Amino acid sequence: MLFTVLLYISIFVFFLGLSYKVSTWFSQKIGIASKNFTTSERISAAAKGILRVIFSHKILILVKAFILDVVLQKRILKEDFLRWLMHMLIFTGFMLLLLMHAFDSFITASFFEEYYSTLNPFLFLRNFFGIMVLTGLIIAVYRRFILKVPRLKTSPMDCYAIIILGVIMISGILLEGMKITSYTEFQNMVENYSALDDEKEILSLEKLWVKDFGLISPNVKGEIASDIISLSKELHNMHCAECHSSTKWAVMGYPVARFLKPIALTLDRLGCVNVFWYIHFLACFIGLAYLPFSKMFHLIASPVSILANAVMDKDKSHPANIATRQVMELDACTHCGTCSLTCSVAPAFDKTGNLNILPSEKLAFLKTCASGKNLKENKLKAIQEGIYLCTNCDRCTVVCPVGINLRELWFNVREDLIQKGNSTPLVLSPFSFYRGLNQQKLDSNNYSNPISIIQDAIADKCELMKNPDEVISLTPVNKEFKAKVELACVDPATTYSYCFSCQNCSTVCPVVGNYENPQEALGLLPHQIMRSVGLGLKDLAFGSKMLWSCVTCYQCQEHCPQGVKVTDILYELKNLAIKETFNNE
Amino acid sequence: MNKKIKYALFLGCNIPARVQQYETSARSVLAELGVDIEDIKEFNCCGYPLRNSDFKTFVLFSARNLALAEKLGLNMIILCKCCYGSLKMAEHHIKQDSHLRDEINEILAKENLEYKGNFEIKHFLSVLYSDIGINTLKEKITMRFKDIKIATHYGCHALRPSNIMQFDNPVSPVIFDRLVELTGAKSIDWALKLECCGAPLLGINDDLSMNLTKNKLTDGKQSGADYICTACPWCHLQFDSVQKMMIEQQRINNHLPAILFSQLLGLAMGIDKRTLGINMNQIDIVELKSEE
Repeated sequence: MLFTVLLYISIFVFFLGLSYKVSTWFSQKIGIASKNFTTSERISAAAKGILRVIFSHKILILVKAFILDVVLQKRILKEDFLRWLMHMLIFTGFMLLLLMHAFDSFITASFFEEYYSTLNPFLFLRNFFGIMVLTGLIIAVYRRFILKVPRLKTSPMDCYAIIILGVIMISGILLEGMKITSYTEFQNMVENYSALDDEKEILSLEKLWVKDFGLISPNVKGEIASDIISLSKELHNMHCAECHSSTKWAVMGYPVARFLKPIALTLDRLGCVNVFWYIHFLACFIGLAYLPFSKMFHLIASPVSILANAVMDKDKSHPANIATRQVMELDACTHCGTCSLTCSVAPAFDKTGNLNILPSEKLAFLKTCASGKNLKENKLKAIQEGIYLCTNCDRCTVVCPVGINLRELWFNVREDLIQKGNSTPLVLSPFSFYRGLNQQKLDSNNYSNPISIIQDAIADKCELMKNPDEVISLTPVNKEFKAKVELACVDPATTYSYCFSCQNCSTVCPVVGNYENPQEALGLLPHQIMRSVGLGLKDLAFGSKMLWSCVTCYQCQEHCPQGVKVTDILYELKNLAIKETFNNE
Repeated sequence: MNKKIKYALFLGCNIPARVQQYETSARSVLAELGVDIEDIKEFNCCGYPLRNSDFKTFVLFSARNLALAEKLGLNMIILCKCCYGSLKMAEHHIKQDSHLRDEINEILAKENLEYKGNFEIKHFLSVLYSDIGINTLKEKITMRFKDIKIATHYGCHALRPSNIMQFDNPVSPVIFDRLVELTGAKSIDWALKLECCGAPLLGINDDLSMNLTKNKLTDGKQSGADYICTACPWCHLQFDSVQKMMIEQQRINNHLPAILFSQLLGLAMGIDKRTLGINMNQIDIVELKSEE
């Protein structure tokens, strides 16, 4: 009764969770891609898209992707054999257990008339599948906690997945082992399934079961006498053999039974068979009910992601479907860390410790706050840095085992995030190239806002630039500032002091040459910036637009007759300006 | 050439994602010339985009790549001029500054890596010009161009600062022009040959970036060029994809198609257009033909 009630409750919760999760695929909005679509538009676009694929040649692509990437998991195999082995063992082992063992009365029994869970091959196969899952779990633990794969982060969700599977498997094996030893079970079986009522006969049978089947009985001590063995075997064949293969075929359960031998009687008296039976099925029910909310939801979302990405195309698919797919992809992520392992800019995480630089963690972050709304300032700053510090090299997208199109996800979310709050100083670096290259896909009205916000924030700190009429005081010299510029320029440290304002640098500068009136457009020109540094005038050095218009072509430095490292010093000033404006150290 | 040369190929970030034709064409050309290539999966970004915000992170990025190649005892061949410039620049700083080297090596030690500095970093063009050599190239070039004028774009970060880059003479470089002329094409003289393509400012100051690009393209066209030839993905993207965008935005009316040097050389060596990714360029260069 309790079993049935709990089963139905967990199935109910599972379906409730499943429908909630699937509904979020259509209702949640992330980035700029989903801004213009309502939930109903997204649902109808998805339905049309799915039908169009099913009734076209694309169905063949779907079938191919299903076999290669979903069933055989070719993408994981390509990256890492050990991981593929782990995943295949857990996935196939668990699926077979689910179908053959958990749903035995529906599936196995309908295929095999003679099915009994205690008969071979079912008895052996159940154990064999168990070994598969357990081996997979051991590899998982080894990878996450012993091998320490670089940049593989383990979240509570990852631990939960391993724990719940571990509890299901281990409780199952212990349950089987205890059942084998259990005298109570034996008595029940004899009572319910055999027609034996003669005490002597039962004892003879019991002796055989103690000898060959791992039973631990309080009545049987020592060796079985050879004279009754034929009687025992006869009784066994008459009453038990039809439903019982040798328990030794339980290659996991039987050794456990032998191991438990010294305490088996106590365990039996304490009713441990029942206890472990409860643990086993409760763990299964909890796993089932919690599945839609856990990492295990990837069981459903990942195949959907693989299949969707196999037939979808950025330029041809309906934009509403891309928005829907991107929300779904957040659920498809298994947090396996392959993307972070291959990420081109991951060493920046090693240096700064900002987890959001790693693609796997960025995605996990997006999962918890799909819209990025109401973020605290420091969190927003970290995710903005993480999402912008990306060369768009596509390596994460290429390796993702569940085919998440991370390239498009980042582009979409990045634009939304940097339009919030104070943007990130990284917009003033070549990381912006990709955004510039794709500017036609962005809203031209606010396209330049993130950049001007940062430039203004830096200029805002430079009082002298704001009040051009103010008399510049040359004393006291800002030695602290000069020292900072000196410190960072490696070879001849103070080259700026050699500048005698010949203006060669400004003359050869292609940026200066681009303007009719360069001073109006750029503020200070390169030679003036060099002089400002020499005079310790930080505001002038930091505040001019020239700094952020430098193309770093090194013409100035190459042509300086005095050997001033003009471009290197401009780089250095950029570093300092960013640090002083944005790091509250 | 009897002895096989082996290099670790550094692709950087742009090429695998956006200029795949540079990779396929360079690989096929190098294979044809008997160069062995080792791919190091663990390579990361060269650090170039980080130099604007944090010098040390930039050095760390470069140093990690250098250490990875050094671990295998291989010299590096680099297709991108900005990657080349960054790796050379970082190498210069770590060699000069022992404190910086120690600090960086301490971080690298976590991955069992160390930068020692006993190997060479070379750009694709230098490998062709110096290591493979004009004579071998002449032998392999079977299909020469006729009546084609090329404007060579050297790319700033390989050329300057010349004391560190050691690529070619910074004021009157010749390597690229000589390589181009081997294919039978004529390398023209043009005023803005050594100027910046504009790519470093794209996305930061688009008007300025595109103006610089426009100046170069206009000058090249006026000087009689049929194609502008590059050996860097940033420059190529700027002259190809960005030029296409500029045409659409009516910022420029006369266009000058861009071709990668590996594509030009590949055509002259008789490698098929598919391998060279000729049709992957945004501005059509399909009509370009070399003759036997």
